[in-house]
Amino acid sequence: MAVSGETGTFGAVLSGPVATGDWLVIAPVVIAIALGALLLMLRHHLRWQAAFASGGLLLMLATNATLLARVLSDGPLVMTMGRWLPPFGISFAADALGAGFALVATFVALICAVFSAKDIDTTGRRYGFYPFLMLMMAGVNGAFLTGDIFNLYVWFEVFLIASFGLLILGSERAQIDGATKYGILNLLATALFLVATAYLYGAFGTLNMADIATKASGLRGSAPLTTIAALYLLAFGMKAAAFPVNFWLPASYHTPRLVTAALFGGLLTKIGIYALLRTLVMIFPVERLALSPIIVWVAVATMILGVMGALAQTDIRRMFGFLVISGVGIMMAGLALGDRAGVSGTILYAVHSMLVMAALYLLAGAMRETGGSFLLTELGGIYRKSPFLTTVAFLIFLAAAGLPPGSGLWPKVMIARASIEAGEGWLAGAILLCGFLTTIALGRVFVLAFWRDARQAHVGGDAAYGPLVALAVPIVVLGIFPEQVVRIADLASAGLIDSTAYVRSVFPAGGN
Amino acid sequence: MEAVFSVLVALFFAVGIYLILSRHIIRIVLGIAVFGNAVNLLIFTSGRITREAAPIIPHHLDLLPGPAANPLPQALILTAIVISFSFFAFILVLAYRAYQEIGVDDTIGMRISEPRDDAPPPMGY
Repeated sequence: MAVSGETGTFGAVLSGPVATGDWLVIAPVVIAIALGALLLMLRHHLRWQAAFASGGLLLMLATNATLLARVLSDGPLVMTMGRWLPPFGISFAADALGAGFALVATFVALICAVFSAKDIDTTGRRYGFYPFLMLMMAGVNGAFLTGDIFNLYVWFEVFLIASFGLLILGSERAQIDGATKYGILNLLATALFLVATAYLYGAFGTLNMADIATKASGLRGSAPLTTIAALYLLAFGMKAAAFPVNFWLPASYHTPRLVTAALFGGLLTKIGIYALLRTLVMIFPVERLALSPIIVWVAVATMILGVMGALAQTDIRRMFGFLVISGVGIMMAGLALGDRAGVSGTILYAVHSMLVMAALYLLAGAMRETGGSFLLTELGGIYRKSPFLTTVAFLIFLAAAGLPPGSGLWPKVMIARASIEAGEGWLAGAILLCGFLTTIALGRVFVLAFWRDARQAHVGGDAAYGPLVALAVPIVVLGIFPEQVVRIADLASAGLIDSTAYVRSVFPAGGN
Repeated sequence: MEAVFSVLVALFFAVGIYLILSRHIIRIVLGIAVFGNAVNLLIFTSGRITREAAPIIPHHLDLLPGPAANPLPQALILTAIVISFSFFAFILVLAYRAYQEIGVDDTIGMRISEPRDDAPPPMGY
């Protein structure tokens, strides 16, 4: 925002009202919280819940699209709460990265809400699936759009508590077991995030991210910034499920309802990646360079061990959980490179991963409907029963393995090329090896579940293909016509590496 | 003053991490509570401890007349306390439910979602 009104006392508060257009930046969060509260009040009207949630998410999608369009044409959009001027008030700052991620995340949530109309039964609705969904989307959008690091912590906790509610919906033994591990380790991760933020506040005396980015260069000599950056790497690496601290993910992601698993696999780890990009690339670029050798090893270990875990699974849901992890490794590789091409590859991969991982879990649901099981030992004969589902599954598998015409090809090409240009040819080799092993894992699913003759006489019902197709279409379009999205990712990456425009939009008068 | 608090924070972290390393869920949960309090004290300390005066601007002035305590860390801690308290309550109930359902409080015995005798995927067609 520009400071549209006069500035009042000592330049600390805005004396005029905030320009109406600037409210756009908090609109997605406001809609999500308002609708979550409304759905909680309507909890006895179970028939309305799905329709209300889908309508609300559609409205959020429209707001996010408008926000992204405005950010792309006018640069980052900022609003500071309570008419305080930054850095005194809590700022919401949407740049191409945050607005783009928020748009894709809301799209995935909308598809999941539509799918849930069939998947979530009366019990699930009575226990509040839809209010939790809206609250989680408030947290997710808030995390993508906020410009204040402590506020980022609050949004992390908002989507975390909502995700607990979604995870244990049904109260099965496996869910409670998975949720205990998920809950404790994620709680520890956010506590570490808070530790890093406490040190950051001690060193900088400010929590506004633009303000921190400006002041970092002046403090390099006197403050332990590398320690703070390393703590952020640990905390957000844990949230993103990077290798040594990722064991909560395979323990929990296969236990909840499939819609929930699709939402988690699509969105939650990507918020960790987003926070890593925001802190390490924008705020602490020098420290990221110092930590880069560690990040590279974390990246390679995550991608290879993740896909090897996938190869060892019989349950397709558990296999997809490990594929989420190996995707995180590829995104960490772009982060380790840290140049414009590598970071834009990471951003594009995150967009691809949100769509594809959600699609994989929804596909697992459709495979169970048609084939009668989640286990590779029991699945079979899906091709004969439903050639259409087989076609869609084939396209999604190609995308997940990073083969054309899926959306996974281009980000992998970008990161691999960036690593060769940076002289790290072996990193490109690791990415290709990971893609090869993913192809084997998913190829085996295809051979066993789709081509093999049916194992059992189970007559499966017809699965709901609509949401799956709605996810497969953007995945394939992104694979065939990637130019527009690559351009936005490149713009977002440039905006992170040279944060002048972001800082200037928060401090129009040139900062302090 | 800050030095004394730093030692206290270190002690809290040590106790918290020691408890989290345990195999028993209830100890881990208690460890997380102690860890959370260590973080709160850390925020408090990193905001610099000032004992001068409350940060209240007198009626006839526009600025604080002299040095005063930093109110921001207290706002941050208050937020963190509310959040960690609600999480603690949730995790406590979850741990109790897990004990009821699974019958053990030992993480080594908690293998319901990842069974030990999981069959490998088919090796042939």
